[in-house]
Amino acid sequence: MYVAVKGGEKAIRNAHRLMATKRRGDRSVPGLTLDQIAGQLAIAVTRVMGEGSLYDEGLAALAIKQARGDLIEAVFLLRAYRTTLPRFGYSEPVDTGAMLVERRISATFKDLPGGQLLGPTFDYTHRLLDFKLAADGELDTPLTAEVTETAMPRVTDLLSGEGLIEEDVQPEETAAVGDLTREPLSFPAGRDLRLQNLARGDEGFLLALAYSTQRGYGRTHPFAGEIRYGAVEVEFFAEELGFAVPLGRINVTECQMVNQFKGSAKVPPQFTRGYGLVFGQVERKAMSMAMVDRSLRCEELGEERTAPAQDEEFVMSHSDNVQATGFVEHLKLPHYVDFQAELDLVRRMRGEWFDRQAADQAAASDAIGSGATDTSEKEAAE
Amino acid sequence: MPHQAPPPSASPDTSNEPRRRLMAALANATPDRLAAALAPFAPLPAHEMVRAPETGLVMVRGRMGGTGAPFNLGEVTVTRCVVRLENGVAGSSYVMGRSKQKALHAALVDALWQNPALTEAVEREIIAPLASEAEAADATVRAETAATKVDFFTMVRGDD
Repeated sequence: MYVAVKGGEKAIRNAHRLMATKRRGDRSVPGLTLDQIAGQLAIAVTRVMGEGSLYDEGLAALAIKQARGDLIEAVFLLRAYRTTLPRFGYSEPVDTGAMLVERRISATFKDLPGGQLLGPTFDYTHRLLDFKLAADGELDTPLTAEVTETAMPRVTDLLSGEGLIEEDVQPEETAAVGDLTREPLSFPAGRDLRLQNLARGDEGFLLALAYSTQRGYGRTHPFAGEIRYGAVEVEFFAEELGFAVPLGRINVTECQMVNQFKGSAKVPPQFTRGYGLVFGQVERKAMSMAMVDRSLRCEELGEERTAPAQDEEFVMSHSDNVQATGFVEHLKLPHYVDFQAELDLVRRMRGEWFDRQAADQAAASDAIGSGATDTSEKEAAE
Repeated sequence: MPHQAPPPSASPDTSNEPRRRLMAALANATPDRLAAALAPFAPLPAHEMVRAPETGLVMVRGRMGGTGAPFNLGEVTVTRCVVRLENGVAGSSYVMGRSKQKALHAALVDALWQNPALTEAVEREIIAPLASEAEAADATVRAETAATKVDFFTMVRGDD
């Protein structure tokens, strides 16, 4: 039963006012601008865009500022905002093969066309705090080099000629593409819905699941076939114009995981694949997504389903951090009536328990008494 | 409702390529840069607003494995606008982001460009500079990235 209780408006108002002051911090320190957040906390911004499922740097920067850097709160703000906007439609699928590549590495092929391009990365740093950064000193400008190769074929396209690696399934042109923002989740879910779910899923959750597959819970033996990051064109087919309009570019990270290869009665042994695609340079998540995508394909690839990362219902139902935080954090809200009901229940149960205990004790002491004395007394007692 | 993909056209239609190139150049410019690019055509041509700038969402799609069936990746903010000039020509824009000014400017440029008397001037004064700036920026990205290319060398073992 729900009972409406009023009160607390003033406390809430004052709490929010206090929070706004705390958010601003020391007023002798300049406030953060959105450009500073978007430009200098770029990976936090792209994480919020990815998990908020809305690519807009300005909005994500505002959300991070408003949330005091609480990224899940920022994701929540972005998700709430998107519900206020109309949906114009769906883009043409982006072509990651035509990406303006800023980083591209393969852990499987040393000499691949286009080369290994490290780009801006934390890899191979020593993870030592850089105190020069605290002082914001002079910055070396990046070096440049002559561009010799511009074609950057995907690693998976290189191998697929030989049939050593599974090829992408070509879609039926008219096949419907599932959209989680339009229909509620139901199972079994197609790979389209799984990838959409993972793309907006919580980085930490996907990381833990991917890690679990490496530690043996649904092992898939992954190699990072390729990771690439850069800008791709987004095009939108405008009905009234009759052609695909270029909307501008977004930055994405794509990860191709290459995995083992059992084959089946119908398919000869070949490398299988997992795929990750996320907004921005969020490499850890793109890799995790690719690993979880692969492990969720267990049924399709004839593998036994034994581990959490192979269970699509488990993965997809718990990957969304807005849903998760909503349910966990709602426990903070007043549950006075619910708790009162439980309190009454536990009081009654304890009463019954003590009554029963007392009765049992009485019976036991009767029994002990009867055992220790002679039969005449027992008969008298009865 | 699942979205139905537009029916595939029998042969690739290239007649819209010049206009697509124009729209790409406009979409990739910042709002301020586009406003500055319009300066040679000031004051802005008289126009009627067919569809006032409106911000909405486009769901961006990727392909499974890079080349397979499409899936929905996440949304992007897009602002669109349709204007009609006094000569009756309608100009349209769809540009990423929430700048209503940029959407209006892009629609105006699209309309001006469709006037055969102005096409060349628009190409020369607006599109060519924007496109070459974008190309230069891309070239910088490529050159900076190329400097991070790994040169492998093989260590020769001493024995044998």
